[in-house]
Amino acid sequence: MKHIIQQVFHSGKFIVGFVILAAVLLIVIVYPLLIKDAPLAIIGQGTFFPPGTYVNAYDSLGSPKYILNLEHAAAKRIASKLSDDDRLAMQEWLVAAGIPENEIDISNTEQLLRQWENHYDPQTNIAGMTNAKRNYYIRLNASLKGLLSTEGAIIAVKNADTGALEETGDVVAQSDYVNIGQVANVRRLPLGTDNFGRDVLTELVAATRVSLQIGFVAGIVATLIGLTLGLLSGYIGGLVDDGIMFITNLFTVIPSFVLLILISFSIGQEKRGAVTVAVVIGFTSWVWTARAVRAQVISLRNRDHVNLSKLSGHSLVYIIFADILPYVASYVVMALILQISSGILAEAGLSILGLGPKTTEVPTLGLMMNWAMIYQAPVLGKWWAYLPVLVTIALITFSMNLMNTGLDQVFNPALRD
Amino acid sequence: MAKVMLEVKELTTKYITRFQENIYAVDHVSLKVEEGKSLGIAGESGCGKSTLALSLMGYYFPPLHYTSGEIIIDGRNISGMEPDDVRKSILGKEIAYIPQSAMNALNPTQKIIHFIEDVIHAHESHVTKKEIYERARKLFEILGLPESTLQKYPVELSGGMKQRTVIAISVLLSPKVLIADEPSSALDVTTQKMVIKMLRDLMEKKLIKSMIFITHELPLLYNVTDDIMVMYAGQIVEKGTAEQVVFDSIHPYARGLMGSIIVPEQGLRDVKLTAIPGVPPNLKNPPAGCQFAERCQYVRPECKAMSVNLRELKGGRAYRCILSEEELREAYQNG
Amino acid sequence: MAEERKVCLRGSKLTKVFGLGRQKTVAVDHVDFSFYEGEIVSIVGESGSGKTTLAKMLLGLLNPTEGEVYFQGKKRDIGTHKKKKEYWKNIQAIFQDPFSSYNIFHKIDSVLLDCINMRGGRKFSHTKKVEMMTEACGFVNLKFEELTNKYPFELSGGQMQRLMIARIFLLKPKILLADEPTSMIDACSRATILDMLMQLRKEIGMTIIFITHDIGLAYYVSDSVYIMEHGKFVESGTADEVILHPQEAYTQRLINDVPKIYEEWDLSTV
Repeated sequence: MKHIIQQVFHSGKFIVGFVILAAVLLIVIVYPLLIKDAPLAIIGQGTFFPPGTYVNAYDSLGSPKYILNLEHAAAKRIASKLSDDDRLAMQEWLVAAGIPENEIDISNTEQLLRQWENHYDPQTNIAGMTNAKRNYYIRLNASLKGLLSTEGAIIAVKNADTGALEETGDVVAQSDYVNIGQVANVRRLPLGTDNFGRDVLTELVAATRVSLQIGFVAGIVATLIGLTLGLLSGYIGGLVDDGIMFITNLFTVIPSFVLLILISFSIGQEKRGAVTVAVVIGFTSWVWTARAVRAQVISLRNRDHVNLSKLSGHSLVYIIFADILPYVASYVVMALILQISSGILAEAGLSILGLGPKTTEVPTLGLMMNWAMIYQAPVLGKWWAYLPVLVTIALITFSMNLMNTGLDQVFNPALRD
Repeated sequence: MAKVMLEVKELTTKYITRFQENIYAVDHVSLKVEEGKSLGIAGESGCGKSTLALSLMGYYFPPLHYTSGEIIIDGRNISGMEPDDVRKSILGKEIAYIPQSAMNALNPTQKIIHFIEDVIHAHESHVTKKEIYERARKLFEILGLPESTLQKYPVELSGGMKQRTVIAISVLLSPKVLIADEPSSALDVTTQKMVIKMLRDLMEKKLIKSMIFITHELPLLYNVTDDIMVMYAGQIVEKGTAEQVVFDSIHPYARGLMGSIIVPEQGLRDVKLTAIPGVPPNLKNPPAGCQFAERCQYVRPECKAMSVNLRELKGGRAYRCILSEEELREAYQNG
Repeated sequence: MAEERKVCLRGSKLTKVFGLGRQKTVAVDHVDFSFYEGEIVSIVGESGSGKTTLAKMLLGLLNPTEGEVYFQGKKRDIGTHKKKKEYWKNIQAIFQDPFSSYNIFHKIDSVLLDCINMRGGRKFSHTKKVEMMTEACGFVNLKFEELTNKYPFELSGGQMQRLMIARIFLLKPKILLADEPTSMIDACSRATILDMLMQLRKEIGMTIIFITHDIGLAYYVSDSVYIMEHGKFVESGTADEVILHPQEAYTQRLINDVPKIYEEWDLSTV
């Protein structure tokens, strides 16, 4: 036994798979200890905030200010303010005003602004331009003027009684900086928020945990059913075998995913907790384990050591547990690993169809995919809502398959390279 | 003097295990097979006889590695050749090899004639299918195999028939040496006899020029080959004509092996079978000195200390022992 | 002399049919036999002759389709696990492949302990058990101290097969069924195994049934020989009668096909 475990940990593939899975498990366990946020708490008003550090604007006004003279600060400010749409509109106006198109480079902010300043005239009438468009250009010009001004911003507070604005005396100069560490409210959202304004990272960690639980429960249920039926059918044979094989064939013929959908649907939204879904997945995916175990047991049944055990007067139960089970154990462990990873995938598949575990309480990887799909994250280019989920699913199944291949090579020396 | 078909000089090959241990399964083996002669190699499981068969072809692939020595086929030295060249120009044409499980090597989805076409096309292009068929038909006729076999699939043939067909295919190109490694040990006695008869026919009808026959069944060897070589722990321990080795072996191990022969003949029941206690040495770390010393009845202290060379006697006989022939014979006389 | 011998195991119209309908194969076809106490019987047949199926029926591992086995004059009754266990105290086996005869997950000791338990030694003290195991191992020239706590794969094939004989030594059955016990073993160790079996027979006076394809071996060891072909016994008698003066064509062919050493091996009769 010790020898086998040693050999398993000599397999490169197994180790890589094991390390990935262990890392995922470690994150899943440690992260909630450090960050105690509820995974499904809505923190943002609005959908799909991009990843980044969020600094409270109000608090930053009250924080100590530091004057830093950094190069290109103004240019960067303007560059980040000017959207691509605005730049295109400016180009359109300039071309209409008679500037050759090849002289305009909309990615060069400084040059574009210079050209704009030199040529823009709100009075110029351009043929075919609507009034709304003209007003847009006037607004754009005004905001560019504001951007270009070197004055600071004055902070005023509304008087509660009169409603009049009163200057606080604070002026925020363009060269003023605050230290994030000194701002009272800062929130890092490394993966942004999802469609409901929930922190994707916290949600992802919680979802991974639930999905892994579902996978483990589903895998164990499937393996237990498959192993029991396979052992009984293979060892006892005869009518028992015929009966079990009949059921197994029935399950083989009906696509398990269809069965899964039907069962999930008939359970109903209310009763569909994570554990229920896991059991249902397990209940529909034991077929191949049962078949494979049966085939192995049939060949073991005629081995001499089983005959010898019978001749030594051992009982049926003893023979199954002592003389058959250890021989199929390595296979069963490998099947279990595959069942776990396919359980996770099955849950994801179900959830995408909206038949996953009850929402509001627990996120799962499949549910996160489902939400991202419904709110069109892929279409809107909000990659942080679905890509990390996909990567997590891929990483878990990849690591498990890798472990499985590694084990296979240890137990089947013929496959060693 | 007849032409020498295969000559092997001090061939040593080793296995390298996953843990980088060296196992010398063929240890300085020299042999010579003349045209029209057959050589038998006898030994227990694990003595290196099958490895020797693989090594003789000059076709090495991991974990088996060539270490030293020479293999000369009909005057052509093939040791040190690239495995790919060996496969293209030596195998099948110069040396043919029939492993024990040869009959299971046939692709079940192809007809027999297809394998024959494959073999011939690999070495001779520009041969039409009709010519190949004609050649195959003639060969099968000589060997007493029915022509209909050519159009059959492997599964339609019985075990013995399959094995004989494989042998027929392997001698298509009239190889100079045929190496048969336990070609009949998975078969029933009746089919075994057919295979043996076929091998003898091959020699008699000069379809092959020489043969090396490897088996642990000594009665079989005695009936097939001219000379016999006994291997133990990767080394040759005795060499001589079949008659000499079977009835008058010199080396204690060879003698023990011959004493364990069981044949259903009158007088067998009065014979006491010889038993050699113990097991062959572990080749991962072989003992110093004589490899057989541990199990030898006539062991002397110096046996375990110094390495023992093969003693050549006249007439091609040889044995590996520090004792002289007379000393050994005297020891046998005294029991 | 023949009258004094007691029949130990008798079979009447013993038949085993596998499969149903068109796939029906008759592995053993209405065989009758009487094996006497203390003798060595060989059942010789080629592969597929049904000799292993017959062996399994004799052992009670397979139920006959038809026919009866009589053990010591009485009809064999192995309907329940308890009765089977009782029967197996009287008949034991050694199988062909020593490597597959052991549960590789169990230590060697457990094989021998099973035997002591089976002979009612469950309550013996540990020292007494070790003593018995040491004696059994000593009988087959093995040292128990060197074997204890080892796993089967640490032994050679010959050692494994000897340990199987040690098992029989502990069980002391009336009948031993040896299914090709030496076919996977090197020639040099074969004699050792056979010697030990003969010695064991002398010691505990058991009947040995050899199942083998090797007609030479059958001739060497047995008192009487049964030749089996396609599920039937085609010839039986004392070893000398059957092997040296075979009457049936099948037996003659079988003997002819085995390579000879002292006599000429006639290759023309293929």
